[in-house]
Amino acid sequence: MDAALTPNAVLCERVSVRFTTERGTVTALENIDLTIPRGSFLTLLGPSGCGKSTLLRVMADLIEPSSGKITVLGDVPETARVSREIGFVFQDAALLPWRNVLDNVTLPLEVGGGKALPGARSPQELISLVGLAGWETALPHELSGGMRQRVAIARALVSGPKLLLMDEPFGALDEITRDRLNEELLQVWESTGTTIVFVTHSIYEAAFLGQNVLLLAARPGRVRELVPVTLPTPRKLAMRETQQFVELAGHLRRVLESC
Amino acid sequence: MTNQAEPVAMGGAFVEDTEAQARFVAHKRYLAWRRRLLPVVAVLAFLLLWWQAVVQFDIKPFIAPSPVAVADVLVERFDMLMANLLPTAIEAILGFTLGNFAAISLATVFVWRKTAEEALFPIAVMINTIPVVAKAPILVLLLGNGMEPKIAIAAIICFFPTLVNMTRGLRDVRAEQLELMRILSATPREVFFRIRVPNALPYLFSALKIAASTAVIGAIVGEWIGSTRGIGALIIQSTYNFDSPLLYATIVVGSTFSALFFGAVSFAEGRMLRWNVAYRN
Repeated sequence: MDAALTPNAVLCERVSVRFTTERGTVTALENIDLTIPRGSFLTLLGPSGCGKSTLLRVMADLIEPSSGKITVLGDVPETARVSREIGFVFQDAALLPWRNVLDNVTLPLEVGGGKALPGARSPQELISLVGLAGWETALPHELSGGMRQRVAIARALVSGPKLLLMDEPFGALDEITRDRLNEELLQVWESTGTTIVFVTHSIYEAAFLGQNVLLLAARPGRVRELVPVTLPTPRKLAMRETQQFVELAGHLRRVLESC
Repeated sequence: MTNQAEPVAMGGAFVEDTEAQARFVAHKRYLAWRRRLLPVVAVLAFLLLWWQAVVQFDIKPFIAPSPVAVADVLVERFDMLMANLLPTAIEAILGFTLGNFAAISLATVFVWRKTAEEALFPIAVMINTIPVVAKAPILVLLLGNGMEPKIAIAAIICFFPTLVNMTRGLRDVRAEQLELMRILSATPREVFFRIRVPNALPYLFSALKIAASTAVIGAIVGEWIGSTRGIGALIIQSTYNFDSPLLYATIVVGSTFSALFFGAVSFAEGRMLRWNVAYRN
């Protein structure tokens, strides 16, 4: 099948990752089977050490699986990475401190053959999309944590990725900023149509954002349960007070406790 | 993400309070003047103390001159002092340039070829353990009696701190920045110029500031052996002649040049590292 027509953004078949250190060999992920349809929003939730960041890095071609097979956008992860179809947002923004907001967002278009990307978007437009118009010449240390994460999101979107991987991007933010960014992220997802895989250790964030929540158990990291979220769209923060949401969060918590 | 509440809220937080603003500015100005004047007052007090000590205890001029005598020499023999500063300054600046250029180049090689670092770094450490006063005669024997050995000493003395700092700066890149560059499929060259080099600049400037003063010391020590001109030669001559006012005046000239050199590097650092929070603080 033509790569562009495969219905799945990510397909994991019995993916395992083992790390060898002085202390011995650790199984970070064990036999992960996972299908992520194109255009969907999946949240990965689990206790620390369950390998959720590792799984995200396997999808991004940062870590090679020790065994099993992974397909990203219809091909091996490397092809997806080299053709610049993957965007990645790190936990602490990972902005280059010597570059201002505009230059940070432009970076993906300067390197790795980014000058000739067909899906490239205007950095200026994306800066406006994340609500930072007027801050183009500010340096990262002049921005708040939330603003830095907005820059990181704009940077991840500038190459026009079909798959956006987010590694606890709002984990270090205060709750008010996090709530606002959660809502805005859903708007970005709706306006871009990109597939998002979002790692978090917050039950509420996982339930509020995802169409599905993948619960992982720790030591070794393995799939515990795939929980579909049936909340109506578009999601509003007030939904977190509904009976349906409270029950869903309760279910997630009980599964996590048994992990 | 059309929500602009965060930036806008910051704009709305400003209020008109000219009195508070004036108080704030006045306090800032007071602190700035304090920072400038306190060292001046301390230096003047020290000079006064020194002068009075020489006068009160009737210290002989060949043991320690009074600051007035030193000032006299500085004024009367200014042209001669400057004529001797010139070769020292040329040696220090050339040595600084050469030594740092070599160190930056070798650090670059180290980062690209780990094998080179493992093989060559111990040699660099060994050369660094040789005291300057021992390096000087060796280099005079090797390079003759002209400016070359002095430049070489200044260069060698600058070399090591820059090599260590630059290698570290090029290597100590945050893992996430490297992961980002890998996701962007950046080439090793792009990683080097866009991540490693800017990351190394604060480390480099720390080393350059050390090197600015040590380069001058290197040139001076080089001049101790068989030189007739330069700050180092003047120090030796005035010592042998028990001309302590000239000795002190020479030291003042050498130190002032060192301080100016250091200031120039700091100024360049300020211009180039505006982004660096550590520098700003």
